[in-house]
Amino acid sequence: MPPPNLPKGRTPHLSSLDLQKFALLFSGKLLLRQELDLDETTFQTLLSTQSLTALPTFEQKFSRVQCQRCGNQKKSLLGTIPCQQCGQTHVYCRKCIEMGRVMACESLYYWTGQEIAWPKYDDPLTWEGTFTAAQQHAADRIVQAINQKEELLVWAVCGAGKTEMLFPGIREALKLGRRICIATPRADVVRELKPRIQQAFADVYVQALYGGSDEKDGTAQIILATTHQLLRYRQAFDLVIIDEIDAFPFHHDPSLPFAANRAKKDIHTTIYLTATPRSQQRLQIARKKLPHVFVPIRYHGHPLPVPTYKMCFTLQKDLKSDSIPRPFRKWMKTRKKPNRQLLIFVPTIALAEKMKETLTQQGILGKEAAIESVHAEDQLREEKVQQFRNKTVDALVTTTILERGVTFPSVDVAILDAGNDVFDEAALVQIAGRAGRSSDDPTGEVVFFHDGKTEAMVQAVRSIQLMNKRGGF
Amino acid sequence: MSDTTYCDDCLWWENYYDGHDPIIFNYSIYRYNEFMKEVIVKWKYRGDYSLGNMFQSDFVEGFQQAFSFLGKQQASVVPIPLSTDRLQERAFNQSQLLADILPLPRHNVLSRIHSEKQSKKTRKERVETKNPFSVTESLHNPIILVDDIYTTGTTLRHAASRLREKGCPRVYTYTLIRG
Repeated sequence: MPPPNLPKGRTPHLSSLDLQKFALLFSGKLLLRQELDLDETTFQTLLSTQSLTALPTFEQKFSRVQCQRCGNQKKSLLGTIPCQQCGQTHVYCRKCIEMGRVMACESLYYWTGQEIAWPKYDDPLTWEGTFTAAQQHAADRIVQAINQKEELLVWAVCGAGKTEMLFPGIREALKLGRRICIATPRADVVRELKPRIQQAFADVYVQALYGGSDEKDGTAQIILATTHQLLRYRQAFDLVIIDEIDAFPFHHDPSLPFAANRAKKDIHTTIYLTATPRSQQRLQIARKKLPHVFVPIRYHGHPLPVPTYKMCFTLQKDLKSDSIPRPFRKWMKTRKKPNRQLLIFVPTIALAEKMKETLTQQGILGKEAAIESVHAEDQLREEKVQQFRNKTVDALVTTTILERGVTFPSVDVAILDAGNDVFDEAALVQIAGRAGRSSDDPTGEVVFFHDGKTEAMVQAVRSIQLMNKRGGF
Repeated sequence: MSDTTYCDDCLWWENYYDGHDPIIFNYSIYRYNEFMKEVIVKWKYRGDYSLGNMFQSDFVEGFQQAFSFLGKQQASVVPIPLSTDRLQERAFNQSQLLADILPLPRHNVLSRIHSEKQSKKTRKERVETKNPFSVTESLHNPIILVDDIYTTGTTLRHAASRLREKGCPRVYTYTLIRG
């Protein structure tokens, strides 16, 4: 309803303070009408003054229709609805429906009003650490890439200190008053990254966005987000850092690279981080299409733990009948440093829960050992991971959700049924990289329990050995 | 039908209405559980219209089982409507989608005023809500009311009692899910 004191026919005047507020809220975003928290009059005013611009929600691409929010073109993920809002039967997107339904009779809106000048900082970095020579080299390359606004792939082994290597680059971008996004495919990683980045840049506004996060408006200068959250951004960031580009679902779901691409400003820097580049990126590196920098040594200067194989002849039978494979049992009893925590990877959620039960019942790790299981659908996932980090839990049985991005100082790692399809080469290298992360305990055992070596296992071991070799060991 | 047994809920309503429960019986196909909840959230609240199509064969089969006795009596289907505001928000009425699956003529003879979502209330609050329905056209043949979920049965009975007031001889209810 329009405010009563306004003369008819004139658009209500929005104060410059209001406009500033809207600019902060909406610039760099791409939103549906229901996501714009505005009353109808204000909305119409912003549209008529061209502060907001409408985009069609779907576009015809030859014979295909594409959702303009998530880039989806799959027929099975485009539904038709006899719409009672507009009275016509039209298409809607089923792919990104969890973020609010995109309908053909609606529009997507982006901010074209006054621009925001992000603050420039003289020296925002409050982190006081030192780099190894290899880290310094990579950090310098990142700064260079930011100054020259180009792409760069940082290929650093697990535990090389990737996050810290970004700090000088982020400082450089903040000095220039740029907006920064660090995107990663996993919510766990966002949660772990948030305190580290906030500590390193204590005076800068940092927000973490993931499904179910408390902070939702996404107006900070540094945004940490799951790649899904980028679906709501358009031309927002000068510097986009994509962590773990090889991780599921980023390399699997075409809408995520689509969103990441759209979230960049026309002139931008993109930094990709990975420990295990996929063949596509390796090919680009080999063809010199993608500038890259390689960090083969961990920050503490020790080599990566090389996994060992343990054959379990009755593996499938044991796992089916809820018993512990013999070699696994024997290994658990004869570990070199039994006071290390134990991280056990299994291929399925059901097996994670069952294995936790069996291990607790049989008490192989000692009667008082606290054992927990965790998986993607676990309500208590955050709490359990935190307990493991606080060492109140001795062993954690997990699915591949903890394969990357999380750091525990002193663990031994076992992979049960390492030959399963879910453990591809990248996953195995990442999992092996969980061991020996701290300088106090730079080694750790990594064991593949299997009933027949797979190509992925062999390749994983080979690539770990190769990286150690390139690191000079 | 001397050996008919009644569930607690029916008896409760029979008592509530002093033996004049406006509906004769309710029939549902699925039970409500965690999985169903997910499906309903996605279908109804997120608005994934196409999901409704998967209920087609079960809904028709269930109908033939439960309502074949109506035979040649000219029954009609009446979907529980949404208020205009809610329809504007969701862009489709899930009950109408279900009603359209059935091989009987559909009549939209009910209208509904806007009120708080039933799913956000307690049982007591639900039962005590004012009747939000009114009848726009009276029907004088047996009616099958169709809705997605029967939880407390309040909504369906509100609608049924309005239809009865306007001269409908018998009202049955048919829902996808029993909450």
